[in-house]
Amino acid sequence: MKKSSFLQKMLNAPYMLWSVLFIVAPLIMVIYYAFTDADGNFTTNNIAQIGDYTNTFILSISYGAVATFICLLIAYPFAYALAQTKASFQGVATMLVMLPMWMSFLIRTYSWITILGESGVINRFLGLFGIEPLQMLNTGGAVILGMVYNFLPYMILPLYTALSKMDNSLVEAAQDLGCNKFYCLRKVIFPLSVPGIASGVTMVFVPSVSTFYITQKLGGGQITLIGDVIEGQFQTAYNYNLGAALSLVLMVMILICLGVLNYFTDSDDDGGVLI
Amino acid sequence: MKNNPVIIDLKNISVSFDNQKILNNISLYIRDGEFITLLGPSGCGKTTTLRIIAGFLQQDSGDVIFEGKNINGVPAYKRQVNTIFQRYALFPHLNVYENIAFGLRLKKWKEDDIKSKVSEMLTLVNLKGFGPRRIDSLSGGQQQRVAIARALAVNPRVVLLDEPLGALDLKLRKDMQIELKNIQQKLGITFIYVTHDQEEALSMSDTVVVMNGGEIQQIGTPLDIYNEPKNAFVADFIGESNILDGIMKEDFTVEFNNIKFQCVDKGFKKNEPVDVVIRPEDIDVVAPEKGMLQGTVTSVTFKGVHYEIIVDIDNFKWMIQTTEKSEVGDVIGISIDPDEMHIMKKSQYSGLYGDYSSFSDEFDELSQVGEE
Repeated sequence: MKKSSFLQKMLNAPYMLWSVLFIVAPLIMVIYYAFTDADGNFTTNNIAQIGDYTNTFILSISYGAVATFICLLIAYPFAYALAQTKASFQGVATMLVMLPMWMSFLIRTYSWITILGESGVINRFLGLFGIEPLQMLNTGGAVILGMVYNFLPYMILPLYTALSKMDNSLVEAAQDLGCNKFYCLRKVIFPLSVPGIASGVTMVFVPSVSTFYITQKLGGGQITLIGDVIEGQFQTAYNYNLGAALSLVLMVMILICLGVLNYFTDSDDDGGVLI
Repeated sequence: MKNNPVIIDLKNISVSFDNQKILNNISLYIRDGEFITLLGPSGCGKTTTLRIIAGFLQQDSGDVIFEGKNINGVPAYKRQVNTIFQRYALFPHLNVYENIAFGLRLKKWKEDDIKSKVSEMLTLVNLKGFGPRRIDSLSGGQQQRVAIARALAVNPRVVLLDEPLGALDLKLRKDMQIELKNIQQKLGITFIYVTHDQEEALSMSDTVVVMNGGEIQQIGTPLDIYNEPKNAFVADFIGESNILDGIMKEDFTVEFNNIKFQCVDKGFKKNEPVDVVIRPEDIDVVAPEKGMLQGTVTSVTFKGVHYEIIVDIDNFKWMIQTTEKSEVGDVIGISIDPDEMHIMKKSQYSGLYGDYSSFSDEFDELSQVGEE
């Protein structure tokens, strides 16, 4: 039996404290609010009200799923191509991928308004050819665009990690046994990158489903996702109890989605960060 | 074997990476059913040669002929050769059965045929019942067997083996050598084997190709290579050798250490400078007055079967393997039979090898490890 030394305990202490303060305690508070009324009495009314928001939940998960899928479609070929390039170039390219993340998320989203808006860059350019301004802002497409743009790096990085560390002799072995390029991709490279896909999907899907800022700025109130409803309960309606209940249900639904994902990918290998 | 048709013919193959010549005009033919070994130190071009045959690498110039047909530019997946990789390269997402069935599924075999072929292969490599196991649950030796089964399942004409036993421990390696050789003989498939282990090469092969610096140094049977090395590099790389500077005075007479000796070689020019190779185990230790040469023992190492002693004869250190015990400082005589003096023409390697003055086992082992 190995006993952790006093020093080890001391080193662990701040992290334990951090976890309790900022993860466990808020979670307990969310659960507490979800099952109480304004006076602090136990109730299941909040949970019962969730039924009214079924459509919003479905819409949120659909938007999250579409954005995640588009991210995967864009990120996979990019990460694959990147993994084939010279090591020195890979360093520069991964930095460029991360560069937008150094800017504020709010500014990045806000700047799309000036691009997509009625008198935005694109419409002004189209105006030169006498084309009527297109309605791009305040549409579902703009919301999806915002999600894809903001969360794409979180898909690229785990995929790139999984693909770049793949043993090239496995690809050669597949060719050796009769695989052309397409079969190599389908039978070896793709299955082996599944842990990376799972990480990427998780990291894009979760923030997409729960976002409210993107829908407010690029959806212009036309599209209401569950994040907006929750925000509204806390900021406008001051109904912390319903807000907490919605959050709790959202959390459970995301967990179920990820559980299903993990069941199908069966990823016990590492391939980047899995929350 | 000698009359079997040629299956692979390499003609004047050259390859460079970053302006560095890796293979310099290699020509080599391989007969059907042959066990041929490419032997040499790391960086000699043996693996590159294998990769060219496999189709993973294109030569800069020269031709690869497979059964009379030029296969330059034919991709790896269309070639009737299969590789057993150094680190096995088994697919970690598939179990043992699916790894072996991988090539068969691509060939669109029927499920029943696949099943019987896989079980035949598992039996061949002594892994009956291992089909459902995960790859990472297997030991190195077992993974090696799966890799062999996977390559053989698709009925290749030629199997390429890239230092396949390099990652196994010594005992397992010896067993696998015998097993591989048995499998090769049983199936009658051509094996092209790459190794830097000269013992492995000698004990398994029909033909050994010794390579160094991107060039073929010698091609021959293991016996030829050992008994009739072509130059100092081969003599030194295959087994231990004392290599002396000599002069061929006339046919059957060679002079070294300023003494004329009788030998069995002929056909050299009069007074041609030559390298004389004498194997440590061919030297007899005798009383000083009875010896052809006399020297002082400077080191004695017990090796189990024999003693390995280093003897200083006229400031040249000889290695002798003998069952006679002697002590450091003893003066001894040595005697060599005429047919155990092997005469070689001078080459670029003359003078580089065959002197044991800086010899130590540790040094030898370190340089072996460096070659991995």
